[in-house]
Amino acid sequence: MKILVCISSVPDTTSKINFTADKSAFDKNGIQWVINPLDEFSLTKAVKLQESLGATVTVANVGDAATEPVIRKALAIGATDAIRVNTEAKDSFSVATEIANIARNGGYDLILCGKESIDYNGGAVPGMVAQLLNHPFVNACVGLEVNGTEVTAVREIEGGKETISVKLPAVIAGQKGMVDEKDLIIPNMRGIMSARTKPLHIQEPAGSEVKVQGVSYDSVPARAAVKMVTPDNLDELVRLLHEEAKVI
Amino acid sequence: MAVFVYAENINGVYKKAAFEAVSYAKAVADKLGETVTAISVNPTDSSDLLYKYGAEKVISIKDEGLKNFSAKAYAQAVNEVADGNILVFPHTTDASSIAPMLVIMKNYSLITNVLEAPESITPFQVKRRAFSGKGFMHAKADAAGVIVTVSQNAFGVKENSVAGTEEVKNLTVVNEDTKVLSHEQSSGKLDLKEAEVVVSAGRGMKGPENWVMIEDLANTLGAATACSKPVSDIGWRPHSEHVGQTGKAIAPNLYIAIGISGAIQHLAGVNSSKTIVVINSDPEAPFFKSADYGVVGDAFQIIPALNQKIKALKG
Ligand SMILES: Cc1cc2nc3c(=O)[nH]c(=O)nc-3n(C[C@H](O)[C@H](O)[C@H](O)COP(=O)(O)OP(=O)(O)OC[C@H]3O[C@@H](n4cnc5c(N)ncnc54)[C@H](O)[C@@H]3O)c2cc1C
Repeated sequence: MKILVCISSVPDTTSKINFTADKSAFDKNGIQWVINPLDEFSLTKAVKLQESLGATVTVANVGDAATEPVIRKALAIGATDAIRVNTEAKDSFSVATEIANIARNGGYDLILCGKESIDYNGGAVPGMVAQLLNHPFVNACVGLEVNGTEVTAVREIEGGKETISVKLPAVIAGQKGMVDEKDLIIPNMRGIMSARTKPLHIQEPAGSEVKVQGVSYDSVPARAAVKMVTPDNLDELVRLLHEEAKVI
Repeated sequence: MAVFVYAENINGVYKKAAFEAVSYAKAVADKLGETVTAISVNPTDSSDLLYKYGAEKVISIKDEGLKNFSAKAYAQAVNEVADGNILVFPHTTDASSIAPMLVIMKNYSLITNVLEAPESITPFQVKRRAFSGKGFMHAKADAAGVIVTVSQNAFGVKENSVAGTEEVKNLTVVNEDTKVLSHEQSSGKLDLKEAEVVVSAGRGMKGPENWVMIEDLANTLGAATACSKPVSDIGWRPHSEHVGQTGKAIAPNLYIAIGISGAIQHLAGVNSSKTIVVINSDPEAPFFKSADYGVVGDAFQIIPALNQKIKALKG
């Protein structure tokens, strides 16, 4: 079985987000990069399937050379090899097209993604990849088992969950719950050492069209100073919520 | 050309997100001097509910094959009936699974998580959520057609009654790739992403047994309940209640955070809330910096007292 896991390199979750002075771009100064946390759930699931089914796990990333440390980390977690499409990721469609190309050429049985990336919050790449390949697609996955030529996927729905059987090849977008938080793999020294010698193929982009552009960016406006209320004066809190904020 | 909107229903009943999406579509259509056509799959609710928000036409797709949800089959069905060059979807789990597939079928552009009415229609430009609520992006679409997904509780539901007509479309979409094996849904439980009021609690609650208090307060307020990440990691609460950068992003009118420190990752999912109340025993908790109202003190004393006072107010 061949599994392809798509990962994006995103600002570490503690990062303060700043934009350039002219507000035309995200300011990368001082940012630490990590595997998108939602992708990490899917990556870990893939590595577990590799152990139990003898699958191969290929990591796919669309990004310039700056994303390589994050790809090496994915290899240290246990992926077999990696492919980096050598171009800056610019929008969901161009990224999806490059990934669909990799998938088509490599004949993967299962393509795992994260539900969305925590930087641009597009949540669009997995579904686009699925349609470009004409594969079935399950989003917001919180459980996955492989049974031969099918998978059983559990997806989150409003107020519950749904269990679905899906014919392979398929595209699955995972999130927290795909594996338990405590089962996320922290690379050990051996993993880190072996990651250095694992194959990381670099390929040039097919030159896919960019359809959506970020014209400008804004920071979130600061809230007015907090109004403190003492615990023995909750009547005042209720009054403020009722009369001032008008939310109760 | 009409603006099309996907009116999501859950077991036939329209979601609040559907009314919000129709309200959004109406705002776009008004800018263009056009009308709104809503599409829904196997609704049982009356189309009158959609006319109320500005849909002049409702296409009601009837298809036994679409009884169960499949992103691909639903995208195919919508593709067959939507022939406008602007399509509006809510940013719910299902709708945001259909939209990326449909956009490929139609060769359009997709802008997700939009927060406001478009800044311009040609080219289509709109403000959207980015960096998990730590910033905003103004995105511009280049293709001839565009699909947007509207972030829940951002644009709001706006009544705008029109006289409408309904068209029933019988389709038979084939769906051989996926099969629903089981479907568990607790009825009557308020959807966290749609809720106007959310009562949320963190590790400061000490244990799952103490959530009775949180639920009581939520009941009084007609609120949904949520939690911080460690709380769902330990298993005190289900994953589906985890809000934040790696959980759900929500934007209720009122967010009450109890015993939550206010780490940057938590804030990322909740700082779009209109009013934030923080209750925490630690006066140094970072959350107070992002709150509108704060109480320093023991949650175990404050919550029951607050609950009583709100009950009294509500009569
Ligand atoms: C990759 C990554 C992603 C993350 N994503 C998320 C996310 O999506 N959502 C999220 O929430 N977190 C996320 N986190 C975790 C985040 O950094 C914090 O650890 C978490 O939000 C803290 O949760 P907490 O406030 O409930 O617990 P704690 O930090 O333990 O804080 C508990 C609070 O309760 C107060 N308290 C204690 N007793 C009482 C009492 N009796 N009455 C009143 N107050 C009391 C304390 O003063 C403290 O402020 C993420 C972390 C990482 C590394």
